[in-house]
Amino acid sequence: MTIPTNDTWSRDDLGGVPRETHLATLREHLVARGEAERLVDVTYRTVASPVGELLVAATPLGVVRVAFDVEGHERVLEDLARRVGVRILASPRRLDPVARQLEEYFAHRRTTFDVPMDLRLSSGFRRRVLAHLSEIGYGATESYAQVAVAAGSPRAVRAVGSACATNPLPVVVPCHRVLRSDGTLGGYVGGLDAKRALLALEAA
Amino acid sequence: MPADVQMSERPTSHPGAPGRLPGVKPFEQVVADHGGTVWRVCRAVVGPLDADDAWSETFLAALRAYPGLPEGSDVRAWLVTIAHRKAVDIHRARARRAVPVAEVPDHGVVEPASDEHDELLAAVARLPERQRLTVAYHHVAGLPYREVAELVGGTPEAARRAAADGVAALRRALGTTAAARPVVPVPGGAR
Repeated sequence: MTIPTNDTWSRDDLGGVPRETHLATLREHLVARGEAERLVDVTYRTVASPVGELLVAATPLGVVRVAFDVEGHERVLEDLARRVGVRILASPRRLDPVARQLEEYFAHRRTTFDVPMDLRLSSGFRRRVLAHLSEIGYGATESYAQVAVAAGSPRAVRAVGSACATNPLPVVVPCHRVLRSDGTLGGYVGGLDAKRALLALEAA
Repeated sequence: MPADVQMSERPTSHPGAPGRLPGVKPFEQVVADHGGTVWRVCRAVVGPLDADDAWSETFLAALRAYPGLPEGSDVRAWLVTIAHRKAVDIHRARARRAVPVAEVPDHGVVEPASDEHDELLAAVARLPERQRLTVAYHHVAGLPYREVAELVGGTPEAARRAAADGVAALRRALGTTAAARPVVPVPGGAR
Protein backbone atom coordinates (compact mmCIF):
# COMPACT_ATOMS: atom_id res chain seq x y z
CA MET A 1 0.00 0.00 0.00
CA THR A 2 1.06 3.58 -0.39
CA ILE A 3 1.82 5.74 2.56
CA PRO A 4 1.12 9.42 2.94
CA THR A 5 4.43 11.27 2.93
CA ASN A 6 3.59 14.26 5.04
CA ASP A 7 2.51 14.39 8.64
CA THR A 8 -1.16 14.77 7.94
CA TRP A 9 -2.96 11.48 8.01
CA SER A 10 -6.44 10.97 6.86
CA ARG A 11 -8.94 9.83 9.45
CA ASP A 12 -10.29 7.44 6.89
CA ASP A 13 -6.84 5.95 6.28
CA LEU A 14 -6.27 5.24 9.93
CA GLY A 15 -9.65 4.23 11.20
CA GLY A 16 -11.32 2.71 8.18
CA VAL A 17 -14.61 3.81 6.71
CA PRO A 18 -17.78 2.22 8.07
CA ARG A 19 -20.26 1.27 5.43
CA GLU A 20 -23.46 3.26 5.69
CA THR A 21 -25.42 0.05 6.14
CA HIS A 22 -23.11 -0.93 8.96
CA LEU A 23 -23.63 2.34 10.80
CA ALA A 24 -27.37 2.05 10.17
CA THR A 25 -27.34 -1.36 11.86
CA LEU A 26 -25.42 0.01 14.83
CA ARG A 27 -27.92 2.86 15.08
CA GLU A 28 -30.90 0.47 15.07
CA HIS A 29 -29.24 -1.50 17.89
CA LEU A 30 -28.72 1.75 19.79
CA VAL A 31 -32.44 2.54 19.52
CA ALA A 32 -33.37 -0.96 20.69
CA ARG A 33 -31.01 -0.87 23.66
CA GLY A 34 -31.92 2.70 24.52
CA GLU A 35 -35.61 1.82 24.54
CA ALA A 36 -35.01 -1.30 26.61
CA GLU A 37 -33.27 0.88 29.20
CA ARG A 38 -35.95 3.57 28.96
CA LEU A 39 -33.50 6.15 27.72
CA VAL A 40 -35.34 7.24 24.58
CA ASP A 41 -37.82 10.13 24.76
CA VAL A 42 -38.92 10.10 21.14
CA THR A 43 -38.37 7.99 18.03
CA TYR A 44 -39.29 9.22 14.58
CA ARG A 45 -39.38 8.39 10.90
CA THR A 46 -40.82 9.89 7.74
CA VAL A 47 -43.60 8.52 5.57
CA ALA A 48 -44.10 9.44 1.93
CA SER A 49 -47.66 10.58 1.16
CA PRO A 50 -49.67 12.37 -1.53
CA VAL A 51 -49.63 15.47 0.69
CA GLY A 52 -45.86 15.48 1.01
CA GLU A 53 -43.42 13.74 3.33
CA LEU A 54 -44.91 13.30 6.80
CA LEU A 55 -42.81 13.20 9.95
CA VAL A 56 -44.16 10.71 12.49
CA ALA A 57 -42.82 10.82 16.04
CA ALA A 58 -43.71 8.66 19.03
CA THR A 59 -42.95 8.44 22.73
CA PRO A 60 -43.10 5.11 24.57
CA LEU A 61 -46.79 5.96 25.18
CA GLY A 62 -47.79 6.44 21.57
CA VAL A 63 -47.70 8.70 18.54
CA VAL A 64 -47.00 12.20 19.80
CA ARG A 65 -46.57 14.20 16.60
CA VAL A 66 -47.37 14.06 12.91
CA ALA A 67 -45.91 16.93 10.92
CA PHE A 68 -46.18 18.16 7.36
CA ASP A 69 -43.20 19.13 5.26
CA VAL A 70 -44.31 22.76 5.36
CA GLU A 71 -43.92 22.81 9.13
CA GLY A 72 -40.18 22.10 8.74
CA HIS A 73 -39.29 18.68 10.10
CA GLU A 74 -36.07 19.89 11.67
CA ARG A 75 -37.89 22.64 13.53
CA VAL A 76 -40.54 20.18 14.67
CA LEU A 77 -37.85 17.86 16.06
CA GLU A 78 -36.20 20.73 17.90
CA ASP A 79 -39.57 21.65 19.35
CA LEU A 80 -40.02 18.03 20.50
CA ALA A 81 -36.55 18.14 22.04
CA ARG A 82 -37.62 21.19 24.02
CA ARG A 83 -41.08 20.01 25.02
CA VAL A 84 -40.66 16.24 25.39
CA GLY A 85 -36.95 15.47 25.70
CA VAL A 86 -33.62 15.68 23.85
CA ARG A 87 -33.18 11.93 23.63
CA ILE A 88 -34.66 11.70 20.17
CA LEU A 89 -33.59 9.00 17.73
CA ALA A 90 -34.56 8.15 14.17
CA SER A 91 -35.92 4.66 13.83
CA PRO A 92 -37.29 3.46 10.53
CA ARG A 93 -38.52 0.19 11.99
CA ARG A 94 -40.03 1.11 15.34
CA LEU A 95 -42.78 3.17 13.76
CA ASP A 96 -43.76 0.64 11.14
CA PRO A 97 -47.34 0.13 12.41
CA VAL A 98 -48.38 3.78 12.18
CA ALA A 99 -46.50 4.20 8.90
CA ARG A 100 -48.36 1.22 7.46
CA GLN A 101 -51.70 2.59 8.61
CA LEU A 102 -50.95 5.96 7.02
CA GLU A 103 -50.03 4.25 3.76
CA GLU A 104 -53.27 2.28 3.89
CA TYR A 105 -55.25 5.45 4.58
CA PHE A 106 -53.77 7.20 1.55
CA ALA A 107 -54.45 4.08 -0.55
CA HIS A 108 -58.18 4.10 0.36
CA ARG A 109 -57.78 0.92 2.36
CA ARG A 110 -58.28 2.42 5.82
CA THR A 111 -60.78 4.88 7.30
CA THR A 112 -59.72 5.00 10.95
CA PHE A 113 -56.41 4.87 12.76
CA ASP A 114 -55.80 2.33 15.44
CA VAL A 115 -52.57 3.38 17.14
CA PRO A 116 -51.77 4.44 20.71
CA MET A 117 -51.60 8.23 20.95
CA ASP A 118 -49.70 10.45 23.35
CA LEU A 119 -51.62 13.74 23.55
CA ARG A 120 -49.20 15.47 25.92
CA LEU A 121 -48.60 18.32 23.47
CA SER A 122 -52.19 19.40 23.83
CA SER A 123 -54.09 20.30 26.99
CA GLY A 124 -57.27 21.80 28.37
CA PHE A 125 -59.88 22.95 25.87
CA ARG A 126 -57.67 22.11 22.90
CA ARG A 127 -57.44 18.55 24.09
CA ARG A 128 -61.22 18.33 24.44
CA VAL A 129 -61.49 19.55 20.86
CA LEU A 130 -59.06 16.87 19.66
CA ALA A 131 -61.05 14.21 21.50
CA HIS A 132 -64.16 15.28 19.63
CA LEU A 133 -62.40 15.49 16.25
CA SER A 134 -61.65 11.78 16.46
CA GLU A 135 -65.41 11.20 16.50
CA ILE A 136 -66.01 12.92 13.17
CA GLY A 137 -66.26 10.02 10.77
CA TYR A 138 -64.28 9.40 7.60
CA GLY A 139 -65.67 11.49 4.75
CA ALA A 140 -67.85 13.60 7.07
CA THR A 141 -67.26 17.23 8.01
CA GLU A 142 -68.34 19.59 10.77
CA SER A 143 -68.17 23.34 11.15
CA TYR A 144 -65.94 25.08 13.70
CA ALA A 145 -69.16 26.15 15.46
CA GLN A 146 -70.46 22.57 15.65
CA VAL A 147 -67.16 21.43 17.13
CA ALA A 148 -67.32 24.25 19.69
CA VAL A 149 -70.73 23.03 20.80
CA ALA A 150 -69.56 19.43 20.96
CA ALA A 151 -66.52 20.43 23.02
CA GLY A 152 -68.82 22.12 25.54
CA SER A 153 -68.05 25.78 24.75
CA PRO A 154 -70.45 26.95 22.01
CA ARG A 155 -68.97 30.46 21.91
CA ALA A 156 -65.36 29.28 21.62
CA VAL A 157 -65.40 29.06 17.81
CA ARG A 158 -62.09 30.85 17.40
CA ALA A 159 -60.52 28.65 20.07
CA VAL A 160 -61.62 25.62 18.06
CA GLY A 161 -59.78 27.15 15.12
CA SER A 162 -56.59 27.47 17.12
CA ALA A 163 -57.03 23.96 18.55
CA CYS A 164 -57.13 22.66 14.97
CA ALA A 165 -54.20 24.86 13.94
CA THR A 166 -52.09 23.43 16.78
CA ASN A 167 -53.26 19.81 16.42
CA PRO A 168 -50.07 17.82 17.09
CA LEU A 169 -51.47 14.81 15.21
CA PRO A 170 -52.91 16.03 11.90
CA VAL A 171 -54.30 13.34 9.57
CA VAL A 172 -54.47 10.84 12.46
CA VAL A 173 -56.69 13.24 14.45
CA PRO A 174 -58.80 14.54 11.55
CA CYS A 175 -58.83 18.31 11.96
CA HIS A 176 -59.08 18.48 8.15
CA ARG A 177 -62.75 17.52 8.57
CA VAL A 178 -63.57 20.86 10.17
CA LEU A 179 -64.79 23.62 7.82
CA ARG A 180 -66.33 27.06 8.08
CA SER A 181 -70.10 27.22 8.48
CA ASP A 182 -70.39 28.49 4.90
CA GLY A 183 -68.57 25.40 3.67
CA THR A 184 -65.28 27.13 2.83
CA LEU A 185 -62.08 25.50 3.97
CA GLY A 186 -60.92 27.72 6.82
CA GLY A 187 -57.29 27.02 7.65
CA TYR A 188 -55.01 24.01 7.88
CA VAL A 189 -51.71 23.24 9.56
CA GLY A 190 -50.46 21.48 6.42
CA GLY A 191 -51.65 24.20 4.04
CA LEU A 192 -54.99 24.46 2.23
CA ASP A 193 -53.86 22.27 -0.68
CA ALA A 194 -53.25 19.43 1.77
CA LYS A 195 -56.66 19.96 3.39
CA ARG A 196 -58.32 19.95 -0.02
CA ALA A 197 -56.44 16.78 -0.99
CA LEU A 198 -57.44 14.95 2.20
CA LEU A 199 -61.10 15.89 1.80
CA ALA A 200 -61.01 14.80 -1.85
CA LEU A 201 -59.38 11.53 -0.87
CA GLU A 202 -62.12 10.79 1.65
CA ALA A 203 -64.88 11.84 -0.75
CA ALA A 204 -63.62 9.58 -3.52
CA MET B 1 -34.26 47.39 26.20
CA PRO B 2 -36.05 46.02 29.24
CA ALA B 3 -34.08 43.40 31.11
CA ASP B 4 -36.77 40.77 30.78
CA VAL B 5 -36.67 40.91 26.98
CA GLN B 6 -32.99 40.13 27.03
CA MET B 7 -33.53 37.41 29.58
CA SER B 8 -36.15 35.69 27.49
CA GLU B 9 -33.66 34.99 24.73
CA ARG B 10 -31.22 33.33 27.06
CA PRO B 11 -31.35 29.69 28.09
CA THR B 12 -33.54 29.23 31.10
CA SER B 13 -31.60 27.47 33.80
CA HIS B 14 -33.31 24.73 35.70
CA PRO B 15 -32.27 22.42 38.53
CA GLY B 16 -29.91 19.65 37.54
CA ALA B 17 -28.80 21.13 34.25
CA PRO B 18 -27.27 24.50 34.95
CA GLY B 19 -27.04 26.83 32.02
CA ARG B 20 -28.46 24.44 29.49
CA LEU B 21 -31.51 25.18 27.46
CA PRO B 22 -33.25 21.85 27.83
CA GLY B 23 -33.40 20.31 24.44
CA VAL B 24 -32.37 22.10 21.32
CA LYS B 25 -30.45 19.50 19.39
CA PRO B 26 -32.06 16.05 19.19
CA PHE B 27 -29.63 13.26 20.05
CA GLU B 28 -30.08 11.88 16.54
CA GLN B 29 -28.10 14.87 15.29
CA VAL B 30 -25.21 13.90 17.58
CA VAL B 31 -25.21 10.37 16.17
CA ALA B 32 -25.44 11.65 12.60
CA ASP B 33 -22.65 14.18 13.08
CA HIS B 34 -20.19 12.03 15.01
CA GLY B 35 -21.17 8.37 14.56
CA GLY B 36 -18.62 7.78 11.82
CA THR B 37 -15.76 9.49 13.63
CA VAL B 38 -16.43 7.61 16.85
CA TRP B 39 -16.54 4.34 14.93
CA ARG B 40 -13.12 5.05 13.40
CA VAL B 41 -11.71 5.98 16.81
CA CYS B 42 -13.10 2.77 18.32
CA ARG B 43 -11.66 0.72 15.50
CA ALA B 44 -8.23 2.25 15.90
CA VAL B 45 -8.26 1.99 19.70
CA VAL B 46 -9.80 -1.42 20.41
CA GLY B 47 -9.38 -3.06 17.02
CA PRO B 48 -11.96 -4.33 14.54
CA LEU B 49 -13.31 -7.17 16.67
CA ASP B 50 -14.49 -4.97 19.53
CA ALA B 51 -15.13 -1.75 17.60
CA ASP B 52 -18.88 -2.27 17.31
CA ASP B 53 -19.19 -3.03 21.02
CA ALA B 54 -17.16 0.04 21.90
CA TRP B 55 -19.31 2.18 19.60
CA SER B 56 -22.54 0.86 21.09
CA GLU B 57 -21.40 1.28 24.69
CA THR B 58 -20.15 4.78 23.92
CA PHE B 59 -23.40 5.98 22.38
CA LEU B 60 -25.57 4.27 24.98
CA ALA B 61 -23.63 6.05 27.73
CA ALA B 62 -23.82 9.30 25.76
CA LEU B 63 -27.59 8.89 25.33
CA ARG B 64 -27.91 8.47 29.08
CA ALA B 65 -25.84 11.55 29.89
CA TYR B 66 -26.91 13.81 27.03
CA PRO B 67 -29.68 15.78 28.81
CA GLY B 68 -27.11 16.96 31.37
CA LEU B 69 -24.44 17.98 28.87
CA PRO B 70 -23.75 21.69 29.39
CA GLU B 71 -24.67 23.95 26.51
CA GLY B 72 -21.75 24.85 24.29
CA SER B 73 -19.84 21.66 25.07
CA ASP B 74 -17.48 20.22 22.48
CA VAL B 75 -19.64 17.22 21.65
CA ARG B 76 -16.97 15.37 19.68
CA ALA B 77 -14.42 15.66 22.50
CA TRP B 78 -17.11 14.56 24.97
CA LEU B 79 -17.87 11.47 22.88
CA VAL B 80 -14.19 10.60 22.45
CA THR B 81 -13.74 10.85 26.22
CA ILE B 82 -16.58 8.38 26.71
CA ALA B 83 -15.16 6.13 23.99
CA HIS B 84 -11.78 6.21 25.76
CA ARG B 85 -13.37 5.03 29.03
CA LYS B 86 -15.30 2.31 27.21
CA ALA B 87 -12.09 1.19 25.48
CA VAL B 88 -10.40 0.89 28.86
CA ASP B 89 -13.33 -1.26 30.05
CA ILE B 90 -13.09 -3.46 26.98
CA HIS B 91 -9.33 -3.90 27.39
CA ARG B 92 -9.87 -4.96 31.01
CA ALA B 93 -12.62 -7.39 30.06
CA ARG B 94 -10.42 -8.78 27.33
CA ALA B 95 -7.56 -9.23 29.79
CA ARG B 96 -9.87 -11.14 32.15
CA ARG B 97 -11.02 -13.39 29.33
CA ALA B 98 -7.55 -13.99 27.97
CA VAL B 99 -5.72 -17.25 28.65
CA PRO B 100 -2.48 -16.38 30.47
CA VAL B 101 0.51 -16.38 28.16
CA ALA B 102 4.22 -16.26 28.91
CA GLU B 103 4.68 -12.93 27.24
CA VAL B 104 2.07 -10.22 27.41
CA PRO B 105 1.74 -8.35 24.15
CA ASP B 106 1.54 -4.61 24.47
CA HIS B 107 -0.58 -4.12 21.40
CA GLY B 108 -4.16 -4.53 20.39
CA VAL B 109 -5.86 -7.33 18.53
CA VAL B 110 -4.43 -7.73 15.05
CA GLU B 111 -6.72 -8.71 12.25
CA PRO B 112 -5.33 -10.60 9.29
CA ALA B 113 -4.69 -8.19 6.42
CA SER B 114 -7.01 -8.87 3.53
CA ASP B 115 -6.27 -5.80 1.46
CA GLU B 116 -4.07 -2.75 1.49
CA HIS B 117 -6.35 -0.76 3.71
CA ASP B 118 -6.62 -3.54 6.25
CA GLU B 119 -2.84 -3.65 6.26
CA LEU B 120 -2.76 -0.11 7.61
CA LEU B 121 -5.45 -0.87 10.18
CA ALA B 122 -3.53 -3.94 11.29
CA ALA B 123 -0.39 -1.81 11.62
CA VAL B 124 -2.31 0.68 13.79
CA ALA B 125 -3.48 -2.19 15.97
CA ARG B 126 0.14 -3.35 16.43
CA LEU B 127 1.31 0.01 17.76
CA PRO B 128 2.19 0.20 21.46
CA GLU B 129 -0.81 1.42 23.43
CA ARG B 130 0.30 4.99 24.01
CA GLN B 131 1.16 5.53 20.36
CA ARG B 132 -2.05 3.87 19.23
CA LEU B 133 -4.18 6.04 21.51
CA THR B 134 -2.46 9.29 20.63
CA VAL B 135 -2.66 8.51 16.90
CA ALA B 136 -6.36 7.65 17.29
CA TYR B 137 -7.30 10.69 19.36
CA HIS B 138 -5.25 13.22 17.44
CA HIS B 139 -5.19 11.97 13.86
CA VAL B 140 -8.48 10.08 13.74
CA ALA B 141 -10.65 12.06 16.19
CA GLY B 142 -8.96 15.36 15.48
CA LEU B 143 -8.48 16.37 19.12
CA PRO B 144 -5.72 18.87 19.90
CA TYR B 145 -2.76 17.43 21.86
CA ARG B 146 -3.85 19.29 24.98
CA GLU B 147 -7.06 17.24 25.05
CA VAL B 148 -5.28 14.06 23.97
CA ALA B 149 -2.95 14.48 26.97
CA GLU B 150 -5.94 14.79 29.30
CA LEU B 151 -7.12 11.39 28.11
CA VAL B 152 -3.85 9.45 27.98
CA GLY B 153 -1.99 11.27 30.76
CA GLY B 154 1.30 13.18 30.59
CA THR B 155 1.97 16.50 28.92
CA PRO B 156 0.66 17.69 25.55
CA GLU B 157 4.23 17.64 24.27
CA ALA B 158 4.64 14.00 25.34
CA ALA B 159 1.38 13.17 23.58
CA ARG B 160 2.64 14.90 20.45
CA ARG B 161 5.87 12.88 20.57
CA ALA B 162 4.00 9.62 21.08
CA ALA B 163 1.75 10.33 18.10
CA ALA B 164 4.76 11.28 15.97
CA ASP B 165 6.50 8.05 17.01
CA GLY B 166 3.33 6.16 16.11
CA VAL B 167 3.16 7.71 12.67
CA ALA B 168 6.85 6.99 12.12
CA ALA B 169 6.30 3.38 13.20
CA LEU B 170 3.43 3.04 10.77
CA ARG B 171 5.66 4.33 7.98
CA ARG B 172 8.36 1.84 8.86
CA ALA B 173 5.85 -0.99 9.07
CA LEU B 174 4.33 -0.28 5.72
CA GLY B 175 7.27 1.09 3.76
CA THR B 176 7.69 4.66 2.66
CA THR B 177 6.98 4.58 -1.05
CA ALA B 178 5.85 7.88 -2.50
CA ALA B 179 2.17 8.39 -1.98
CA ALA B 180 0.32 7.60 -5.16
CA ARG B 181 -2.91 8.32 -3.38
CA PRO B 182 -3.63 11.93 -2.46
CA VAL B 183 -3.33 12.68 1.21
CA VAL B 184 -6.57 13.90 2.71
CA PRO B 185 -6.01 16.57 5.34
CA VAL B 186 -7.53 15.92 8.72
CA PRO B 187 -10.55 18.20 8.78
CA GLY B 188 -10.45 20.86 11.43
CA GLY B 189 -8.47 18.73 13.82
CA ALA B 190 -4.76 18.02 13.77
CA ARG B 191 -2.70 20.81 15.20
